[in-house]
Amino acid sequence: MKFLKAPLLAIIALAALGLIFNFGLNAYFQLILLFAAVNCLMSMSLNLVNGYTGQFSLGHAGFMALGAYFSAYANTHWDLLPESVQAVEYFIYALGGGLLAAFAGLLVGLPSLRLKGDYLAIVTLGFGEIIRVALLNMDFLGGPRGYSGIPGFGSFLFSFIFASVWLVICFFTIWRVMHSTYGRGFLSVREDEIAAEAMGINTTSMKVRAFVLSSFFAGVAGSLFAHFTNFINPSSFTFLQSVNAVIMVVLGGMGSMTGSIVAAIFITVLPEALRPLQDLTGVDLRMVIYSLSLILVMILRPQGLFGDLELSDMWRKYVRRSS
Amino acid sequence: MQDFIQHIINGVSLGSIYALIALGYTMVYGILKMINFAHSDVYMVGAFAAYYFARFLGIENNPGIATLITLLVVAMVCCSLLGLAIERLAYRPLRKAPKLNILITAIGVSLFLEYSGQVVFGADPKVFPEVMKDFVLFKIGDVELKSFDITVLLVSVIAMLALEFLIFKTKIGRAMRAVSSNASVASLLGVNPDRIIAFTFIVGSSLAGVGSVLVGMKYPKIDPLMGMMIGLKAFVAAVLGGIGNVGGAVLGALIMGLSEEMVVAYLSSTYRDAFAFGILIIILIFRPAGLLGKYSVEKV
Amino acid sequence: MSDVLLEAKNITMQFGGLKAVDSLAFQVKQGQLAGLIGPNGAGKTTVFNMLTGVYQPTSGAVFLEGQSLQGLKPYEISHRGVTRTFQNIRLFKGLTVLDNVLIAGHQHMRYGLFAALLQTPHFLQSEKDLHDKAMELLKIFHLDTKAHEPSCSLPYGEQRKLEIVRALATDPKIILLDEPAAGMNHSETHHLMETIAKIRDQFKLTVLLIEHDMKLVMGICENIIVLDHGIKIEEGTPQKVQGSQKVIEAYLGVEEGL
Repeated sequence: MKFLKAPLLAIIALAALGLIFNFGLNAYFQLILLFAAVNCLMSMSLNLVNGYTGQFSLGHAGFMALGAYFSAYANTHWDLLPESVQAVEYFIYALGGGLLAAFAGLLVGLPSLRLKGDYLAIVTLGFGEIIRVALLNMDFLGGPRGYSGIPGFGSFLFSFIFASVWLVICFFTIWRVMHSTYGRGFLSVREDEIAAEAMGINTTSMKVRAFVLSSFFAGVAGSLFAHFTNFINPSSFTFLQSVNAVIMVVLGGMGSMTGSIVAAIFITVLPEALRPLQDLTGVDLRMVIYSLSLILVMILRPQGLFGDLELSDMWRKYVRRSS
Repeated sequence: MQDFIQHIINGVSLGSIYALIALGYTMVYGILKMINFAHSDVYMVGAFAAYYFARFLGIENNPGIATLITLLVVAMVCCSLLGLAIERLAYRPLRKAPKLNILITAIGVSLFLEYSGQVVFGADPKVFPEVMKDFVLFKIGDVELKSFDITVLLVSVIAMLALEFLIFKTKIGRAMRAVSSNASVASLLGVNPDRIIAFTFIVGSSLAGVGSVLVGMKYPKIDPLMGMMIGLKAFVAAVLGGIGNVGGAVLGALIMGLSEEMVVAYLSSTYRDAFAFGILIIILIFRPAGLLGKYSVEKV
Repeated sequence: MSDVLLEAKNITMQFGGLKAVDSLAFQVKQGQLAGLIGPNGAGKTTVFNMLTGVYQPTSGAVFLEGQSLQGLKPYEISHRGVTRTFQNIRLFKGLTVLDNVLIAGHQHMRYGLFAALLQTPHFLQSEKDLHDKAMELLKIFHLDTKAHEPSCSLPYGEQRKLEIVRALATDPKIILLDEPAAGMNHSETHHLMETIAKIRDQFKLTVLLIEHDMKLVMGICENIIVLDHGIKIEEGTPQKVQGSQKVIEAYLGVEEGL
């Protein structure tokens, strides 16, 4: 059971952090923190496709929506386990939402991953929008009104621990995959597809694997989102939500896991941090500043904050330089 | 049958508006190989420019040809200035950057325009000035040809013919084609690609300006997010026809307009938007270069 | 003949109206060091692209040990044992030297995704073996000290060498070298010749190389195929090719004399 050691330690550490937040923050900031966790899942998983594999998906929100709706439906219609082990039930639904999204990722990925660059971006955007429009038209899923009254944990601490478990699963899954022959396969696709094929890498299969795994965690993120907000509707999963995920990946640095995490937290907190400005000026300038800073980052630091380095690499560099 | 003909007229009218906007996407893609996501918001700004200018002149309730032409000119000038500014400030510094960065910058510019629009113009819809009276020009059987549809058709056909002339019959058009097929060779031959790219943005944006006034006339509610959907559809039209191909954009737009009208008429109006993307996906998967485009294979 | 490893049977490649290669037929024998030469634009790289599945021949087919490679994808052909280098070096530039070699070993890895997630002993052992083997290969080419540097930071000559190492890491039966000496000076070329002969003997490989540098080809190749305008104009030993009137004519004014 050695493989569980590091993840368990991480979960315990995060849970301790959650305990501090539980008493140290008000309910509003606690909710923002939960959203940050959802965004971390989104950015880490998208980084797998956009950062490591070098493909460009612009439809991540669609897969998130599938996970969210699956969980919402399951929670309001099924009753698998007794109340006392509700968390396990939620976990199973999140898993189910992830699997559903992964299956959709397979269906979308198989035909479309032959396309490159802009074309792939547009097709994934299209699939994302189709999922959203389809949800709009499904009456049994609430149509445009969406789903309300999705049960949640009721307590921040439990929600946070639940999120932590999934964050750790996501992080270690992607980390370990990236340090295996599959991860190197993903990277080779990004670097040079023709050379990768000549070296015996089935590039299509690599892309599909990355895409399916990425969709899986987007679905999980959606499921968590549904539990935390207790309310979802199709407009929670627009093109903007996909763009948001891309922005987090790019801002953090394509191909940096820790960069994705830092960027996700930053992007979630930034609009809140800018709130005083809104009180001062009387108009909502937050999104204007947000989009403007996106343009500036692209022009001034195109490799993102971290480039393709991890926090640990940067720490090592820093130590080397200062010694 | 008469219904069907009526739908065809409506579809062509809608398609020609898509075409005006699709041309901007396709021209920029042809020359820079980038999707200018901000194009649809340039179009939105054009509509607001016309709106405020009409109020400034006090002609918002003064329908007629003169109003139409004034507003067209205003929207075209404003859009081209904005397009030029975007190119100069946001895209030019990234000319050699990876594609993904350029695409994200374009999305950033688009968001910036949408949110600034909400701050400056307000998020509530505004009523576009009455550019022209809508009346029935001809009536054949039960099929009505209305003045709006005729105006839309006439103006777009004139704009497209002007573009055709510009691209294929003038010196600068030749330079545009040269830069589009190979920018570095063109610059060796004495063409300044930066100037040509800037010019392309001016032309593409002013076509969006034309589109904005025509849409404002036909559907007189404008708001800062009005560009999103129509922009996406125009973009789909450009891809459908073969992005980078001017004739393809017009063809794609007509197909989009017609099929959308037919879906709404005979199937269901709620699936209208999904239908547009459905077309796009099918085209890209089976014929990635679009109907008239060429898909280039990477050289080993 | 059972000792034929790779055989092209009348392969033709047509791009639009242009026949880049016109019903070319040749054989490469087991353990042979063969050369494919010809003036610029003769279609040499196109032949390589057909042999490795990057292009599907318009007509004709390629056979490896008597089995047709028709319709196979490049990665499948690599799995069958045909590997290559590229004329314009195509390393995985952003990755380390070691990673470049490890990627080539992917096709021999037998663990699944879940083994990696659960860090099973089988996974750990496979990774270690792959790692050791890669380092061994790098050592043979004196690249082991640079294993953790980004491959794009290597000097040009070493990048070419790394491409060969990477190709060898796929455990090929035959390696196709596309202008391995391009851009190298005399001593580097000389060194490369030795290396190529060495890998052939050490790895029991068959080698087919495209080369512009006549000296290299004449020095080490046992059989030479000469292409011009997509057509085979001569084939045989270096002596035979050197003396051929057709070959001299094809090269005249294109290459500095033979």
